[in-house]
Amino acid sequence: MSTLFNYILKIGDDSLILGHRLSEWCGHGPILEEDIAMTNIALDLVGQATTLLNYAGEMEGKGRDADALAFLRFDREYRNLLLVEQPNGDFGMTMMRQFLFDAYRLPLLERLQKSSDVSLAAIAEKSLKETKYHLKHSSEWVIRLGDGTEESHRRVQDALDTLWRYTDELFQEDDAEKELVVSGVIPPMSEIREAWNANVNRVLEEATLTIPTNNWKHSGGRKGMHSEHLGYILAELQYMQRAYPNMEW
Amino acid sequence: MKELNLNELERRFQEKIDKDIKIEPNDWMPENYRQTLIRQISQHAHSEIVGMLPEGNWITRAPNLRRKAVLLAKVQDEAGHGLYLYSATETLGADREETIDDLHSGKAKYSSIFNYPTLTWADMGAIGWLVDGAAIMNQVPLCRCSYGPYARAMVRVCKEESFHQRQGFEIMTTLANGTPEQKAMAQDALNRFWWPALMMFGPNDADSKHTEQSMRWKIKRHSNDELRQQFVDVTVPQAEMIGLTVPDKDLKFNEQTGHYEYGEINWDEFWEVVKGNGPCNKDRIDVRRKAKEDGEWVREAANAFAEKRARKKSA
Repeated sequence: MSTLFNYILKIGDDSLILGHRLSEWCGHGPILEEDIAMTNIALDLVGQATTLLNYAGEMEGKGRDADALAFLRFDREYRNLLLVEQPNGDFGMTMMRQFLFDAYRLPLLERLQKSSDVSLAAIAEKSLKETKYHLKHSSEWVIRLGDGTEESHRRVQDALDTLWRYTDELFQEDDAEKELVVSGVIPPMSEIREAWNANVNRVLEEATLTIPTNNWKHSGGRKGMHSEHLGYILAELQYMQRAYPNMEW
Repeated sequence: MKELNLNELERRFQEKIDKDIKIEPNDWMPENYRQTLIRQISQHAHSEIVGMLPEGNWITRAPNLRRKAVLLAKVQDEAGHGLYLYSATETLGADREETIDDLHSGKAKYSSIFNYPTLTWADMGAIGWLVDGAAIMNQVPLCRCSYGPYARAMVRVCKEESFHQRQGFEIMTTLANGTPEQKAMAQDALNRFWWPALMMFGPNDADSKHTEQSMRWKIKRHSNDELRQQFVDVTVPQAEMIGLTVPDKDLKFNEQTGHYEYGEINWDEFWEVVKGNGPCNKDRIDVRRKAKEDGEWVREAANAFAEKRARKKSA
């Protein structure tokens, strides 16, 4: 059970932290339609985080619900990818971050639908529809910006160069997860990587973008070794629960 | 077909209005009617968009996941309202980007309430309860407005506003029934937002320069003071119900009229905020302007891309 708890925490934290980042855009988008789209995606991600973290809490069996897990852990206990905690930057950076994540999340959810854990399968099925739309939206923007103007091409190529180093972590698998793969609870990450590669190559090519040659790979988020950015996210996220503990809202 | 003179066109137009027949985009309308609507609808659209900022200010700090999701949904609704309303101005021949430029230059106004800061979580409750509550009072009659596209947009907007008002009141109720700190937070928010909420209905009837003509055209159905009174009558018992005190020492119920009498509104403050001297006027407009400037390269890219694709298709 604790193995599954740890795994669900990871994907739940991804949704939570990326949803937080996207919600920072609210009211500041480049066009009104994108304010609506980004708020909508943030809302989906907060919803996914709630479902996943509630289930993680059930698996843990210590009486923690989604709110307790989202708001009352310490920095080193968060398990999200380094990618999702990276700052929004410009709109190109945000869309590239979203695209690299969505292209991983979609094949993951597709396979989790067939998980031997029926609850996880049901959660994946429900989230999949949303994530399909997220990937469509982020892919279209990566292509539009990549193949738009010189300036947009330069900006979104910069974003790719900056974020590429965080993509290897998407597919890392620890020993406990290898057991979950064997019991059919989660898919092998090699499959997800293959699907991701195919999709990312296709979209980046259409966007006329170049995959960085610098292959330096950062990881650590999955083990609670985060970038300096996470602390500030948590300072905001947890502010009310820390300042006014044990209250109903 | 004989050419109709202006007086005859105006007579027929007013006749339609008097018979409660909706005016549609392609119908003839007096230029003043068109301009009044453009002014009012774009002001309404700007209020929705600027109104995203004070609430957006608390999304990342919402106290739990449910509140965060509800607040995100609410702010998203507001962006959606802005979009319909800008579209409604376009049916009158206005250009969305020009309309937005008027907001940024200070030429166009938006609801003054959004020039007050949101300082605590309780402000999310106060805004939903009071600000959306006041907006509903203003907007429900607009569902019967003589201009078809605006009236229809308002039907949908009002449904969502009513959900917003309820979620705000629910936040206030939870806080008022919570710990002493929470109740104090709720009371403080009511203290700060009560008077600005009353000001949302605009100047007293005697000082309202647009009311008379707008009522004749059925753009407006009730005067500012009538709507303000209705709001006070509905809201004061709600405050009492949850044990909060309306910050007005002159407030009392008049048994004879069946209405609450309330104290004098600080009109100096109202006009100062309208003129741009409220606590957040500059911040709000700076933020909106920056969003537009920062997004320029994105919009250029989207246009360039669309053109490239169109050329490819036709080639």
